[in-house]
Amino acid sequence: MAQLTMIEAIQNAHDLAMERDDRVVVYGEDVGYFGGVFRCTAGLQQKYGTSRCFDAPINESGLIGTGIGMAAYGLRPVVEIQFADYMYPAYDQIVSEAARLRHRSAGDFTCPMVIRMPTGGGIYGGQTHSQSPEALFTHVAGLKVVVPSNPQDAKGLLCAAIEDPDPVIILEPKRLYNGPFDGHHDRPVVPWKKHELGEVDDAYYTTEIGKAAIRREGQDVTVLAYGTMVHVALTAAEETEVDAEIIDLRSLIPLDLEMIEASVKKTGRCVVLHEATKTSGFGAELSAQVQEACFYHLEAPIIRVTGWDTPYPHAQEWDYFPGPARVGAALKSVMKED
Amino acid sequence: MSNSVPLTLHVPEPGCRPGDTPDFSGFEVPVAGETRRPDPLTAPEDIRDLAFSIVRVLDDDGEAKGPWAGTFEKEALLDGLRHMMTLRTFDDRMLRAQRQGKTSFYMQHLGEEAVACAFRLALRDGDMHFPTYRQAGLLIAGGYPLTTMMNQIYSNAADPIKGRQMPIFYSAKDHGFFSLSGNLGTQFVQAVGWGMASAISGDTKIAAAWIGDGSTAETDFHSAMVFASTYKAPVILNIVNNQWAISTFQGIARGNATTFAARGHGFGIPAIRVDGNDYLAVHAVARWAAERARSGHGSTLIEHVTYRSGGHSTSDDPSAYRAKEEGHSWPLGDPIERLKAHLISIDAWSDDRHKQAEAEIQDEVRFAQKEAEANGTLISGPAPSPRDMFEDVYAEMPPHLRAQRQEAGF
Repeated sequence: MAQLTMIEAIQNAHDLAMERDDRVVVYGEDVGYFGGVFRCTAGLQQKYGTSRCFDAPINESGLIGTGIGMAAYGLRPVVEIQFADYMYPAYDQIVSEAARLRHRSAGDFTCPMVIRMPTGGGIYGGQTHSQSPEALFTHVAGLKVVVPSNPQDAKGLLCAAIEDPDPVIILEPKRLYNGPFDGHHDRPVVPWKKHELGEVDDAYYTTEIGKAAIRREGQDVTVLAYGTMVHVALTAAEETEVDAEIIDLRSLIPLDLEMIEASVKKTGRCVVLHEATKTSGFGAELSAQVQEACFYHLEAPIIRVTGWDTPYPHAQEWDYFPGPARVGAALKSVMKED
Repeated sequence: MSNSVPLTLHVPEPGCRPGDTPDFSGFEVPVAGETRRPDPLTAPEDIRDLAFSIVRVLDDDGEAKGPWAGTFEKEALLDGLRHMMTLRTFDDRMLRAQRQGKTSFYMQHLGEEAVACAFRLALRDGDMHFPTYRQAGLLIAGGYPLTTMMNQIYSNAADPIKGRQMPIFYSAKDHGFFSLSGNLGTQFVQAVGWGMASAISGDTKIAAAWIGDGSTAETDFHSAMVFASTYKAPVILNIVNNQWAISTFQGIARGNATTFAARGHGFGIPAIRVDGNDYLAVHAVARWAAERARSGHGSTLIEHVTYRSGGHSTSDDPSAYRAKEEGHSWPLGDPIERLKAHLISIDAWSDDRHKQAEAEIQDEVRFAQKEAEANGTLISGPAPSPRDMFEDVYAEMPPHLRAQRQEAGF
């Protein structure tokens, strides 16, 4: 057991997966010699050689396109898109090709490929280094979409994704790489070294894709969150003293509807959080699923707290980010008796 | 004052539209046998001329000429002729089946049969092709059953891909034929990845990428060239220049400035143009490129110069945008007629044997069609089960799809 940052946990997952399976190859922009701009692949090229971890041209459609070919051959490519915001040139390859290969060939060809991409804001990245495009993937049949919120899950989910027979998108909240950021940008950063979810098993393990986790048990309102918003929700619950049950979805597709349903039926209230823009965001899907499954148990309308429907701003980052104040207000609002 | 002239937009136009007299006088056709054949391991910068010439082996009298000739034994050539004839007959039957309403759509290969049929024989079993929709010759020359192809075209109960794709979107891994996509150009770069994977694994297999003249304008063409060049991927990059992308002439994809093959030069990838209607030339050039790839010398870009004699698909009427006579004026002739003439010239074939072969092939294709129709057609069924629609989205069906399948009543 070691105390690791999320970056170290992801690096460790790559390392162990490459060690146990020769088919795992890791590549992307700045991923090889340098070890990635966020250092998630540090040391892999030195350990496994240039044919298993290498630098790639700045060409996202080529990154994913070649990965599909490698996966079809029988390798297990793990490709890093440097920022989720750079994914768009590869969108055709992801949507029309990777996601559908198994179905369109009736299993003749498959695409066991992992696409990692740092996501979300909070680092003054402006509109081209802050986006959360998860809904653009959850809308696509054939993809799995996961979002870790801590080092333990980041390692387990990456290992599970590499073993998975289908393409898995991993959105890594970059603001969580070095600590469990809770939205209080004006306070010192708490490092993972002091957090229980920063305790990472040294051995290889997987975290099941499709299973959510309860981060705080509560009786009054269910909060559905993933990535950075899990930590914002925990802080908001503490600050408002609302007895919230906070569910860390971890996997958006497949979704752990069973856990969500059980929780909402217990609490009778639901608040949905994400950093991405609101309209047609994944929160709309969550909200629809909850009302379909739990309508007669609901005592208040479902509320979404999300980023605004604007491009992610630079100077106004903290006016955009759905921080603990906005989340806290939503918790109080669903608890109002009237 | 020099910058005061109003600018105008240059939009390239083909030389010939409906009602015009086709004129290919500006299209340079090198004499068969005259284009040099450098050693396959020659550096790209020393063979730049090959991107502007056209490798041709068969001359107008059917004689095989020059340094690219002689890659075939007589028996193999008879097979080659039979493959092309089978493809043409297959196309004819399936076009008719589409008109009879037995399927929704079809795409034929008329005039382009040599490209895929000859190329297939230059590669080995285990190599992987990433084809476009006009390379069924790869399957036929590789011995894939005609009945199975038709089962796919009819989306019937025996369709190997369970009715999930439009007709002719075959998938045949065991025959080195990657699942077809309708999004053009995407597979060009996937082939490069497959080749990279072979190299990463220390394998001996190579990949072949296929793209049309029009689709070279896609960004994935550029992506493929960059990755192929950077990693010296063992992949043969084929551009089939059949002059027309639906109604758009090839000049729209490249301007009228250069050849498609010349695009290889900026990437340091050796590039070569070949007479795509010359079965012998296609095979010789493919073998040359395969030798480069297999010996670790990386990719080769081949431009197959040919002509799409038929419509783009059954949904297309070419008389609306090009002169009807254009195909007859095409200077590179018909691939089947040219190989037939060659075989006759070397006393391996005769008109009588040709007629006899035509009749045999007709029977063979008709028999396959009967067999396929016993498994159903798109209209008459039996069709794949609607339940199948929910399978293979993922290896294991997730709960939300199970629920939807149940809701749908399957």
